[in-house]
Amino acid sequence: MAHLADLLLLLVLLSGFLILGTTRLTTCIRGVAVQGGLLGLLPLALQPVPQWTAHTLGLAAGTILVKAIALPWFLTWAIREAAVRREVEPRVGYIASMALGIVAVAVASAVATRLPVPGEHPILLLATSLSCVIMGLLVLATRAKALIQVVGYLMLENGIYVFGLTSVDRVPFLVEIGVLLDIFVGVFIMGIVVFHINREFDSLDSARLTELKD
Amino acid sequence: MTGWALAGLGAMLALAPLLPGVAAKTKALLTGRRGAPVWQLYRDLLRLWRKGAVYSTRTTWMFRLAPVAGVVTPLFATMLLPLDCRAAVVRFAGDFVAFAALLALGRFLLVLAALDTGSSFEGMGASRDAAFASLVEPALFLGFVVLALGTGQRSLSAMLGGDAGTLSWGAGAPSLAMVAVSLFFVLLAESSRVPVDDPATHLELTMIHEVAVLDHSGPDLALLLYGGALRMGLFAALPVGVLVSRAGLAGPLALGALLAGTVVVAAVVGVLESSMARLRLSRVPQFLVAASVLASLGVILQLLT
Amino acid sequence: MLLTALILVPALGAAGAYGGGRGTRHGVWLVSVAALHLLMVAIAWVAEPAPMLDGWLALDSLGLAVLSVVSVLFLVVATYAVGYLRRERARRAFASWLLAFLSAASLVAVSHHLALLWVGMEGTTLALAPLIFHRRDRRSLEATWKYLVISSVGIALALLGTFFLATAQGDLGSSGLRPLVLEDLLTGAVQLHPAWLKAAFIFLLVGYGTKLGLAPMHTWKPDTYGEAPALVAALMAGGLTSCAFLGIARATQVTMAAGLAPFARPPLFVFGLLSLAVAAAFVIGQNDVKRLLAYSSVEHVGLLVLGLGLGGVGAYGSVLHLVNNALAKGLLFLAAGNVALTAGSERGGLLRTIPASGFLLLIGLFAVTGSPPFGMFLSELTILRAAWGNGHPWIAAVTLVLLAVIFIGIAVTILELLYGPGRSGARRERESWWLIAGPAALALAALVLGVAIPGPLQDLLARASTALGGIAP
Repeated sequence: MAHLADLLLLLVLLSGFLILGTTRLTTCIRGVAVQGGLLGLLPLALQPVPQWTAHTLGLAAGTILVKAIALPWFLTWAIREAAVRREVEPRVGYIASMALGIVAVAVASAVATRLPVPGEHPILLLATSLSCVIMGLLVLATRAKALIQVVGYLMLENGIYVFGLTSVDRVPFLVEIGVLLDIFVGVFIMGIVVFHINREFDSLDSARLTELKD
Repeated sequence: MTGWALAGLGAMLALAPLLPGVAAKTKALLTGRRGAPVWQLYRDLLRLWRKGAVYSTRTTWMFRLAPVAGVVTPLFATMLLPLDCRAAVVRFAGDFVAFAALLALGRFLLVLAALDTGSSFEGMGASRDAAFASLVEPALFLGFVVLALGTGQRSLSAMLGGDAGTLSWGAGAPSLAMVAVSLFFVLLAESSRVPVDDPATHLELTMIHEVAVLDHSGPDLALLLYGGALRMGLFAALPVGVLVSRAGLAGPLALGALLAGTVVVAAVVGVLESSMARLRLSRVPQFLVAASVLASLGVILQLLT
Repeated sequence: MLLTALILVPALGAAGAYGGGRGTRHGVWLVSVAALHLLMVAIAWVAEPAPMLDGWLALDSLGLAVLSVVSVLFLVVATYAVGYLRRERARRAFASWLLAFLSAASLVAVSHHLALLWVGMEGTTLALAPLIFHRRDRRSLEATWKYLVISSVGIALALLGTFFLATAQGDLGSSGLRPLVLEDLLTGAVQLHPAWLKAAFIFLLVGYGTKLGLAPMHTWKPDTYGEAPALVAALMAGGLTSCAFLGIARATQVTMAAGLAPFARPPLFVFGLLSLAVAAAFVIGQNDVKRLLAYSSVEHVGLLVLGLGLGGVGAYGSVLHLVNNALAKGLLFLAAGNVALTAGSERGGLLRTIPASGFLLLIGLFAVTGSPPFGMFLSELTILRAAWGNGHPWIAAVTLVLLAVIFIGIAVTILELLYGPGRSGARRERESWWLIAGPAALALAALVLGVAIPGPLQDLLARASTALGGIAP
């Protein structure tokens, strides 16, 4: 089971790089959907089969439903509605983004070796969590399109969720509900605003949102 | 024992031209054709050897040197690989640097020969070739770094499943998987295959490696083609050596496994060629950097475990 | 019982407001629910409510202070809304979102489980977004987008910080302590893993600091306060900042209890002074009144965090400043809203056209810049005293200089607005009583607090500052 968890975490990291390096908007959304699916399977992989509780199964099912199905579907709908140009237009080039992604993973791994997590967890868990957080912030900061910024925010939330899995048995249900609610409602509202942005500005380039300044 | 190592060297030299044939045959079969037989390259080499060479009056000795170097450098590099999983014919600490250096030297001389013709068309192909090769070098070295970290050795003979076969699949699996995929990308780049370069293209402006060897003819071209096949064999042997643990096998079985593995890799290349198109030229660097990214990820994972 | 009622009553009110139609009935509904909420808070003052949900909900002195501030401010904003809704068209959900904000803010104030507190902060973020977008034009869309992105990232980082805090507690199986509950965090503070606690503190400071509007995470503030309706901006400047400050205060409480005060102080100083500096820089030459007030808000949250970091009397100063800030900001934003409502974009001569609102704006100017006899003078003085006395004299000096610069900047703009030439032939406009009463009450309260702080309030603030590791003067 430990190997399966390691594999899932590795695939999560790889999908993060996919999001950083791809040129197509739909691939970004599929990347974050794949991440969501992997994260849904992660709580199942972290515990051996006999120890699965209703809580674990519910968490896995809920995560997959929200992160892998509902949210990507919603984002795809937003793309169609807004008739956006399907290219990601980054302010920082793709190669530089991928290089920064590697730096993020290196930093996260260095931190992970220094901060011990209580309980039995693969060391890759903390590294993956922090990598996703940093890569999500990277996407938020370097991408101009509003929809991609939402994808970056989802990656940030995925990283936080992975970290939350280390305390699943210690801090009860509320937290998972809180995280999922956060993503769902936050992205939902963001999606609606994105829709309005496109209507008003005829583009989803948030670099154009520069009317208000000092 | 050097006995089997020499046998391995001979086998690789003899069987290298089979690999491009396997790739082409796979691609043909998957696209619904019968295609040329797998040993077609042998016939081409023989045919070209019997022809005379035509040299442009503007070329110098460099133009005649490059094909020879194109065979000699991969030959020496083959001597550094532990084909029978015990030891290579030549081994010393840090020989992986020599491995990469030899192959780079061969490519360098080829680029110089292309520039030697004075034709801007070949210069274009050579410059693209050189650019892509330089982008993929880091991936190759990072892959070697992972192997060195994993086995604690600095010689290729030990790193690629040598004396003790110390690379276990248990803990080091993720990083090895990353390295294997990264080395496969390196193979695609170095042997100019899809998605980096399409060897079957007939549109001049989309050629990269084809253009660099455009002016060579006769025996020179035969040497170049053979050298290219040998390079493909070498780069195919790397991921096989990483993925397949041949520690417990006896000499001939290990050698056979490696050769069979390279044939499988060639077939996978053929599958890839039949299923995707070459990437847009401006997107190729991203693909190559992805290889380096995968390899660096392998390094980080190796350091974590 | 009372604690859940404090959260549920506004929530039910929000649902009820959505059910009714549009128009002025919303205003009445808002005032009624707000008055009921304030009544419950008053009961909580008199009879301390018992903790609920196994200690997850409880009301300590700091929470009660924040709750009272938010409740009073909300009642004033509700009365203002009566007049506002008569003039402006509002969508059906306007009152609902306002009440949802009140519910979420109450949750933040009464929750002692830090994850529940986070849920409340998240709720305030989401409840305010539609309110900022009220006018539905390009500028407010841009402001809402910036607000959403930056606030959501801040909230996400705060969640990560909360998780780090839970990890710092480690394995609690045998000790019987409850994870992430404030009391147990404080009692078990010395056993908290220091590295995780430090990481948690930084993330919580940055995350909740984004909501608070500390520099350099303040960039959403000018746009948001500038484009949102004035009463929403008033609620944010007074209510949201108080809630966010509570989040940071809880984190500071735990960190100081664990003996890591020397680690916690420098970041608080840095963020506080940086906010003051940024406010001073951008306040000069700022013509838009609401953006001007946004930078003033950045200044004041900087002071809040500075006082928190200084400790000693500074903690008392911070809590007092919390109250004064809410009163002054509420006053100013509502008066500025009147300027927008009645006089439009008139520049100058407002004391002639809308004398009551103009006068309130003038009073607000003095209140928010910390001039005696208003309450803010006392709180700023207390914080400066703490800086001088606790061995950070240079902090006091820098703060003093920056405060002076900010005073000049705000005064220039507002005085020009009030006394400047203006349009010739402008007549006196009629001002609705509803739009004046609220701000006037806030002005009066600000004045009272400057002259003599009522006994019970002083008592509450003293207890709150002791909880923050400080001392009362």
